Amino acid sequence: MRLVVNGTPREADVREHESLLTVLRERLGLPGSKNACEQGECGSCSVLVDGELVCSCLVLAAAADGRRVETVEALGSAERPHPVQRAFVEAGAVQCGFCTPGFVVAAAALLRENPEPTDAEIREALAGNICRCTGYGTILDAVRRAARITT
Amino acid sequence: MTVAARPRLRGVVGESAPRSDAPPKTQGAFAYASDLAREGMLHGATLRSPHPRARIARIDVEAARALPGVAAVLTAADLPTKVKFGLMKLDQLPLADGRVRYAGEPVAIVAAEDPERAREAVRAVRVEYEVLPAVTDPVAALHPDAPRLHDDGNVIEDVRVVHGDPDARADVVVEDEYEVAMQDQAPLGPEAGLAIPDPDGGVTLHVATQWLHEDLRQIAACLGLPERKVRLVLAGVGGAFGAREDVTLQIHVCLLALATRRPVRIVYGREESFHGHVHRHAARLWYAHGATRDGDLVFVRASIVLDGGGYASSSSAVVANAACFGAGPYRVPNALIHAVGAYTNNPPAGAMRGFGAVQSCFAYEAQMDRLAAALGMDPVALRGRNALRDGDRIVTGQAVEGSAPVADLIRRCAALPPPAPPPGLIAGEVDLTALPGGVGNVTRGEGVRRGTALAVGFKNACYSHAFDDFSTARVRLVRERGEPVAYVLTAAAEVGQGIVGVCEQIARTELGVQRVVVETPDTSIGSAGSSSASRQTWMTGGAVLAACREVKAELARRAEAHDRVRRTPRDGEPVDVDLAPLLDPPIERTVTHRHRPTEPRDATTQNAGHVAFLFAAHRATVDVDVETGIVKVVQVATSQDVGKAINPLAVVGQLEGGIAQGLGLAVMEEVRLQGGLMRNASFTDYLLPTTLDMPPVVCDLVEHPHPDAPYGAKGVGEPPTISSTPAIVAAIRAATGRELNRVPVRPDDIVFGTAARSGWRMRPGADPRTAVRM
Ligand code: FES
Ligand code: FES
Repeated sequence: MRLVVNGTPREADVREHESLLTVLRERLGLPGSKNACEQGECGSCSVLVDGELVCSCLVLAAAADGRRVETVEALGSAERPHPVQRAFVEAGAVQCGFCTPGFVVAAAALLRENPEPTDAEIREALAGNICRCTGYGTILDAVRRAARITT
Repeated sequence: MTVAARPRLRGVVGESAPRSDAPPKTQGAFAYASDLAREGMLHGATLRSPHPRARIARIDVEAARALPGVAAVLTAADLPTKVKFGLMKLDQLPLADGRVRYAGEPVAIVAAEDPERAREAVRAVRVEYEVLPAVTDPVAALHPDAPRLHDDGNVIEDVRVVHGDPDARADVVVEDEYEVAMQDQAPLGPEAGLAIPDPDGGVTLHVATQWLHEDLRQIAACLGLPERKVRLVLAGVGGAFGAREDVTLQIHVCLLALATRRPVRIVYGREESFHGHVHRHAARLWYAHGATRDGDLVFVRASIVLDGGGYASSSSAVVANAACFGAGPYRVPNALIHAVGAYTNNPPAGAMRGFGAVQSCFAYEAQMDRLAAALGMDPVALRGRNALRDGDRIVTGQAVEGSAPVADLIRRCAALPPPAPPPGLIAGEVDLTALPGGVGNVTRGEGVRRGTALAVGFKNACYSHAFDDFSTARVRLVRERGEPVAYVLTAAAEVGQGIVGVCEQIARTELGVQRVVVETPDTSIGSAGSSSASRQTWMTGGAVLAACREVKAELARRAEAHDRVRRTPRDGEPVDVDLAPLLDPPIERTVTHRHRPTEPRDATTQNAGHVAFLFAAHRATVDVDVETGIVKVVQVATSQDVGKAINPLAVVGQLEGGIAQGLGLAVMEEVRLQGGLMRNASFTDYLLPTTLDMPPVVCDLVEHPHPDAPYGAKGVGEPPTISSTPAIVAAIRAATGRELNRVPVRPDDIVFGTAARSGWRMRPGADPRTAVRM
């Protein structure tokens, strides 16, 4: 299959039934998206496919053929972090961090569509992402901060 | 020579400084154990028993071995030794030999060229089981006529606390039975490890764990290798909460690497993770509280049965905790507490945040409310009246030292700002997200009742009962590109809690250097003990502090010798001397830090067995839809004695995260077992709190320093998970008037109001083995 990942055209050998998450992690050298449930319940594997937020563990790799995929790796870099990434660091929203890539992608997608979300909107938008460490308080704070940085 | 004033250091003790591992974690650039890979690596998989209790008659691996791409298939027959492993009691073989004691017990392991082939090979292993009736009721397992599940019987541990007059009488007595279901730690990162065979016949294991050296001890013994031939390196850990204190795949992945002479990786999926690690003990508790008419506690008597499952893990210490802290943070002149841990054929139980203190706190706090009702007293006032003060003794006879008065925590917590009033019955436009059930649109507010209640709890920090508790740190001060840099190496596992940041902030503060590099923990240095028992800040923080002070002393000596000192570094001040001649060669110090010794436990558990106590109070406010039984937790407020917040924001993160797990146990999290089989081993069926379940938390950090702890900083990780659960359940009781003697509270418990009954009659305080079936 061919797809455009983080702006670069890529090719990968894909087995039947393999998820986009597996292809990203195991074939394309992009382990930033995490695998924590493989059932679409935790959001750790969140990526954008043609700009739309999805759980990559639920997307059949074959269905991503010809699509544009953006992962956490492309959101920002060590030198130029995305405002959401900066906000997560500053707000203390990162503990074990296993949920963080998924939250960062989902929060960036939220702010792209709704640059000034209310608290209820943030909670609703991130309800598909599980964090076992933080209790979400610092994560919600990070998203509010990021909204302030971006607007 | 550097004389110019430098900017003040950023990120010293007391500041909410970002930790160094945070940026790579936000970028997807932090390598977790499940992200590791090596050229030519094989993939391991595990065959597990489908039966909770069975004899293995025969295992046939020929078909599996013959599959293409399969490099190894190992069973008990291939184990290099018959040495057993276990955290506190060596009672389990890495692969079952002849008997299985829980559904999920590993029976065979395979290594293959890719994960799919490995799973295929697992399916091709033929095992003939003679299925035996499973013993799944822990009270029944303690009965003298129960089948013996282990050669030494079914009692893992038996702890009695006898304090004052165990037969004391009181004016007012309340009594009930309580139940706590099994909870899963559910760390988000699955178990994972990569083993690489070494040329010397040894093995290097990169693994997500809480305690490298304890893993090393168990792995080396089971592999039959000297400990120097087994090296462990900490891989990125995606949360732990107790689930990574025990060996899961560590021995398996090393066995496969040694058998194939190739690197092997094992990564569990979520379902296997549920089966692979130990859980929080399910518990049955029978309690009686007695008080004077004025509300002074006279006695607490309790019998507690903890379900240890198929293997012991850390059950013995969990049982001791349930008993030691079983009367709560109150002055109780007379107590009789008898706690027993039982082997059953349920999945094994071990460490989870709160470690035994959680189960008894749920029961004694329910009892305190019941007692308040019987006395016609305000439950908060009753607690304040009986709360422990510095110098008071807990029921083990040990005096409380270096703690804020518990009554202060209660008072402060009760006075924290309350949430906004309930939405009430609303016509027309409704913000559904503010109501129980949310956008599920199950209520418009008609049957919604609000309740508020407070609970308080406590436990120990660090290891107890004469355990040799220590941590080792090496601090190296070097000069790089004209700048001083401190390198800190310990074996402390960063599991998310923030020990990396604690070490950074301590080293910056002590050495006065901005750049601190915390190196990847491995077993080349001495043990740091486990990232558990709320102990790493105290122990590894203490070791880093001590090592820094030795480095600083040497720096001062050298500076004096060179007579170039401008100013000896003071806390929080940048080093202001010309370091070139002083740091050549670099200064390196390794220090092992111990807390003061604790006393061993005796027959009545009257000893100074603990190094310190941690206290917290929680106040919960809930809205309950009494028609559907759905609960919305509206707010949790907490006052916790943290000693000193090395990083206040990180402490708040621990408090909020711990409360989320307490909320989970209160209203949603339960590993459902049926005849020993796990019915909900997935995130679809085992529900975890999300942003829609977790309310805003009001945190009040009380800084009452402990004289023995670094900067006075106590551990903070566990208390949030102890009394948050009973506070939430008490709030639901206040809203509904239901008894609710079991967690998690299910909608049916609220709607129909039926209490949980074990079917066993038990006189609180009596030996749990004397329970009589009703
Ligand atoms: S791994 Fe995809 S949602 Fe959990
Ligand atoms: S930080 Fe650990 S799961 Fe969110």
